[in-house]
Amino acid sequence: MAVIEYIDAIRKAMKEEMDRDEDVFVLGEDVGIKGGVFTTTKGLQEQFGENRVLDTPLAESAIAGVAIGAAMYGMKPIAEMQYSDFMFPATNQIISEAAKIRYRSNNDWTCPLVIRAPIGGGIFGGLYHSQCPESVFFGTPGLKIVAPYRPYDAKGLLKAAVRDPDPVLYFENKKCYKLITGEVPDDDYIVPIGKANVLREGDDITVIGYSMPLHFVEQAAADLESEGISAHILDLRTLQPLDKEGILEAVRKTGKVLIIHEDNKTGGVGAEVSAIIAEELLYELDAPIMRLCGPDVPAMPINPPGEKFFLLNKEKVKEAMRQLALY
Amino acid sequence: MKTMTEIVVPQLAESLVSATIDKWLKQPGDWVDIYEPVCEIITDKVNAELPSTVAGKLVQILVGKGETVPVGTPICIIETEGSGAAGLAEAPLVEKSEQKQPGSTPSAAIEMEDAPMRNRFSPAVQQLAAEHSIRLSDVPGTGLGGRITRKDVLAYVASGAANGSTVAAANAAMQAPRTVDAAAQVRSSGLHLTETPRLPKIEVEGSAGAGRGDNFIDVTPIRNTIARNMRQSVSEIPHAWTMIEVDVTNLVLLRNKLKDDFMKREGINLTYLAFLLKAVVNAIKDVPIMNSMWAVDKIIVKRDINIALAVGTEDSVMTPVIKNADHKNVAGLAKEIEELARKTREGKLTLSDMQGGTFTVNNTGSFGSILSYPIINYPQAAILTFESIVKRPVVINDMIAVRSMANICLSLDHRILDGVICGRFLQRVKDNLESFNLESKLY
Repeated sequence: MAVIEYIDAIRKAMKEEMDRDEDVFVLGEDVGIKGGVFTTTKGLQEQFGENRVLDTPLAESAIAGVAIGAAMYGMKPIAEMQYSDFMFPATNQIISEAAKIRYRSNNDWTCPLVIRAPIGGGIFGGLYHSQCPESVFFGTPGLKIVAPYRPYDAKGLLKAAVRDPDPVLYFENKKCYKLITGEVPDDDYIVPIGKANVLREGDDITVIGYSMPLHFVEQAAADLESEGISAHILDLRTLQPLDKEGILEAVRKTGKVLIIHEDNKTGGVGAEVSAIIAEELLYELDAPIMRLCGPDVPAMPINPPGEKFFLLNKEKVKEAMRQLALY
Repeated sequence: MKTMTEIVVPQLAESLVSATIDKWLKQPGDWVDIYEPVCEIITDKVNAELPSTVAGKLVQILVGKGETVPVGTPICIIETEGSGAAGLAEAPLVEKSEQKQPGSTPSAAIEMEDAPMRNRFSPAVQQLAAEHSIRLSDVPGTGLGGRITRKDVLAYVASGAANGSTVAAANAAMQAPRTVDAAAQVRSSGLHLTETPRLPKIEVEGSAGAGRGDNFIDVTPIRNTIARNMRQSVSEIPHAWTMIEVDVTNLVLLRNKLKDDFMKREGINLTYLAFLLKAVVNAIKDVPIMNSMWAVDKIIVKRDINIALAVGTEDSVMTPVIKNADHKNVAGLAKEIEELARKTREGKLTLSDMQGGTFTVNNTGSFGSILSYPIINYPQAAILTFESIVKRPVVINDMIAVRSMANICLSLDHRILDGVICGRFLQRVKDNLESFNLESKLY
């Protein structure tokens, strides 16, 4: 099995799906000739032509609107938001149209749409290139949201998203693109939406997270093992719908849970995960539920010390994990 | 499901071995909330309300009013409602069969002081304990603040200690930490003091003999404590005594200059005692051996200077402590004195107010004494009294002047201290007091 980068896994998934199904097409800013600002769509236009890899105007609401229309008409669009920060002009299209069309039309219409959007900071991107907008869309019934961490899941979840009959937001972490590598099969496989994945077995503490911070969690867990702290790590992979059973099972293993994400703490995905645990597992908790998230400040600072303060890192994660283990 | 929980006499201070029940605030059948006082207890150091560690119904009182029992003894049983989880049925039986074991006093309360989380049980821990019929007080806690973690319970179950047949083993496990404590504890004497003070009861005897008869006053617990401490001190410590005379004329002038402003600014009296404490603390810094205690095979010199202050009331005397007195200036000391005196008068001294004294000062001048022979506040090394300030003719440079003079008396433990060192100490106190002048600062 080949070890490839996260970004390659995403590109491969699109390529394979476009090969497999003629209705699949890609649209977004600079996705065609340039191959995407991150090279995610590099080579796709050459292979599939400009009718299936569309360079669009700089108008996110149009990208989403066009994609929604095409999807309702039976196409399988993969719409790219260059940065998830730029996604907000399309929010109305996504929340009020894409998410609700099946419900509103009493199942007459569906919207098999994928919107890919790079999230996360740590790339010296400041306010407009570092946001994590999960929580904006998280509470919207009718949307599915995935946020892979491993290349294997990046490919499998994108393929699953393309084949899903409803709109799926695909949040890929731009810091992961080149940083995270992993084994990815060449064959056609999907990772089911709505299933979390145990990254590591352990029995002292349970850490639940998604996307890039799991990298720090894995590093910290390796370090903490030498201190005798054994961490059980759960990658949510899908944020909407959350894998309740998977979450509860992981928490049951240790009774101590730390939830980690880069999106800010208040109203984040961790709040919902925490509420699920509190509702279902009160009698199996051995410690207060802990969260380690981005601070509730308006934006990622552009200055390096500020960015460092804002972002999670291995040390912050390790300290939180140790605190929980010691409790 | 119902669970029986014992409330035990906690280790309220490191040196306490026993406590006396003063009064039961709750009676069998009463509902008790968690942390609600169930009784009042009296110890050598302090009188305190004993809060319940659980919420439930008081079903039985094991130790009656006026009885003295060792620390760790169960004094009552409280019936609590369990979580209702499966497997809980056996728990009460185990509790009941074990509560009669005199040796099986839970270590939980004993460790309360340095293990504040010892009795905070997470839902997971409670559920597991119920499932396996474990008494949590037997389980060693490795979590934060001594908390019993879920894994501790699992390990305890795995070790097999939870079975009834191994009560002895459980006891041994519980004794272990206490043995360590005992080894670390500082021995101060060969005497063992457990006397039972009785509650006050005043009776007038009938005309038994000639004359008008005598009144018999039962000794109150606090009186008993004072008596015991005084007797322990004088019987163990070879007291020696010395006195020095200090010219506080300048201090009187300084105080007169500052006291009104101080009252306006701080709302409290600027007493001579505050200046004296400052002088004593600075002298202790120069002669640290004054701040020590006898430990049979060694002398322990305390690094913290915590001044115990004798504060009298109509029928007793207490010695609340000013912690780290060397970190405070005169104004800070004045505030502490005021605060402790107020608490003493109102009977609101807490245990922490009473602990840790390393040297005692008594302002005997406040009740008019000009000379006194104080008994050392056991187990400290010395006690100092500050006598009345009186105007006297004094010869200075072959001339007679009227000066404000005061005596300072010192009782010392002659095992630790001798005349030379105490003379030097008192000279430092004297120098410090006499060097206050109109320029001296309070802050």
